[in-house]
Amino acid sequence: MAHSGPMTDWRKAKLPVFAFLAPATIIYTLFMIYPLIDSIRLSFYTTPSGGEMAFVGFDNYRTILGDPDWSATFWNSFWNNMKFFAVHMLVQNPIGIALAGILSLPQLRFRNTYRTMMIMPTMLSVVIVGFIWQLILSPVWGVGVDILDIFGLKSLFGPWLGKEGSALITLSFISVWQWVGIPLMLIYAALLAIPDDLVDAAIVDGATHFEVFLHIKLPLVLPTVAMVSILTFVGNFNAFDLIYAVKGALAGPNFSTDIMGTLFYRTFFGYQLQLGDPSLGATVASLMFLIILAGVLFYLFAVQRRLARYQL
Amino acid sequence: MMTKNIRREDMSRAVIVHAILLTYTLVALYPIFLVIINAFKSRKGIFSAPMSLPNAETFSLEGFTKVLARSNFELFFFNSFTVTVVTIVIVLLLASMAAWALSEYKFPGNTWLALYLAVGIMVPIRLGSVSILNLIVELGLINTLTALILVYVAQGLPLAIFILTEFMHQIPKDLKEAARCDGVGEFKIFFAVILPLIRPAVATVAVFTMIPIWNDLWFPLILAPGDGKQTITLGIQQFIGQYVTDWNAVLASLSLAIIPILILYLIFSRQLIRGLTSGAVK
Repeated sequence: MAHSGPMTDWRKAKLPVFAFLAPATIIYTLFMIYPLIDSIRLSFYTTPSGGEMAFVGFDNYRTILGDPDWSATFWNSFWNNMKFFAVHMLVQNPIGIALAGILSLPQLRFRNTYRTMMIMPTMLSVVIVGFIWQLILSPVWGVGVDILDIFGLKSLFGPWLGKEGSALITLSFISVWQWVGIPLMLIYAALLAIPDDLVDAAIVDGATHFEVFLHIKLPLVLPTVAMVSILTFVGNFNAFDLIYAVKGALAGPNFSTDIMGTLFYRTFFGYQLQLGDPSLGATVASLMFLIILAGVLFYLFAVQRRLARYQL
Repeated sequence: MMTKNIRREDMSRAVIVHAILLTYTLVALYPIFLVIINAFKSRKGIFSAPMSLPNAETFSLEGFTKVLARSNFELFFFNSFTVTVVTIVIVLLLASMAAWALSEYKFPGNTWLALYLAVGIMVPIRLGSVSILNLIVELGLINTLTALILVYVAQGLPLAIFILTEFMHQIPKDLKEAARCDGVGEFKIFFAVILPLIRPAVATVAVFTMIPIWNDLWFPLILAPGDGKQTITLGIQQFIGQYVTDWNAVLASLSLAIIPILILYLIFSRQLIRGLTSGAVK
């Protein structure tokens, strides 16, 4: 960011500066920052139905992390979320990087068409994507079996979304299918920004395009790769729609697809016989906030700084 | 002889590259294609030949007629459209005003305010849902589109301000100085000189703001789940939950949700990528 700072002294235009900044700052503060802080405050209170709110210190946190039932549920959703994230990091981002690398090859025909088509699933609603795959993987329809049959893999087919052992992984792959467009777009844009002479020199020296990508281009776009990783982390630990659409708030079978987002929803709104509890809901949200904050701080201080030093 | 070999090598490499790209394009598009073609078939056609195109024998619009008869699809669509368009207009106006002030005027706390406004890029607004619901109830806005618009504006502002601030820095100084020398007021400089200049970035910001709002399930579920205020995503979710065994209706409702977004995307995809590659996002 090599641009100059602001130029005009505000004292010449106090009223305009205030009028330009106030509306955005007020709405943002009232509907985003205040609720985030207030949620953390609420996590230290209890709200008995009909009664007055009472301060309870860390009791809600003790319940969620200490009560045997609650803590089992919490850690189950946390580790499921980690697996969900791991699949994205190991499958989605490498595929996105590889496709971006191929798309940025010089003199590639139909580049724009490929790119437009590949990003299409990313534009769809998570809910719609969940239903699309639920239909395709449904043994009732059988189209999934037909597709596998083309490759002679018919015997591999199973009710993946319905089984405790495979439901979470299957949902992770559905999410990967949808979100590959994000690393693809961002890394493609970063690759295009690399000056041609850097690449040309290596090609003249006899390097293949693959070597150029691995040794020149990829190291140069590592900051973008790091940014994509943290966006993936935040997105995954905030996910909800896909699991809710395909599996409902109970994240079955037997909570095997429960992640932080669905746990938050159930705790806040309740389900079946359990009543919703805003205080405990705020507590789960605050724990999610801590997890996301830890990830973002790790990115800012450990990853981005080190990469910035690399760049020099 | 040598050039011939090299050319053959180039050819085979091109074939491999296109084979990979075509394969992935197929992986990305086939599921969507499958849902759309089957939405135009009779129930029998859906099950007997799911992978073939509808023909004279299997073609049927019964799914669509069912969806339109049994759900308030037009209303949900109208709700989503209203929420999305109003939010985009407000976000673009407020964000460009704020971005202009942040990039143009030197005032105490400028950097801190920019950082404060950027927090929302990384922290998901959903985490504040408990308090947002309380706030919306207190304001008497539960089950209204206004509630959704207010929350989505707050959600869209941080990234929009960030992208537009970066963009504003690239506006040549001479343009502003020329206007100032002519004695044009600060408000007029913004509305008459700056706003028209940032049009290219506006398309990028509009797409980035629009997609998550149109597709969101969480806030419609929490803030406006009933009373005919459902957005299309929530409406489809509720509809499919109810008619899960009616394949015609399910496939048709999915297609109705997919097609408008795909058309919009195809219209705007060029601007989206241009905005990304021109360095509006870094």
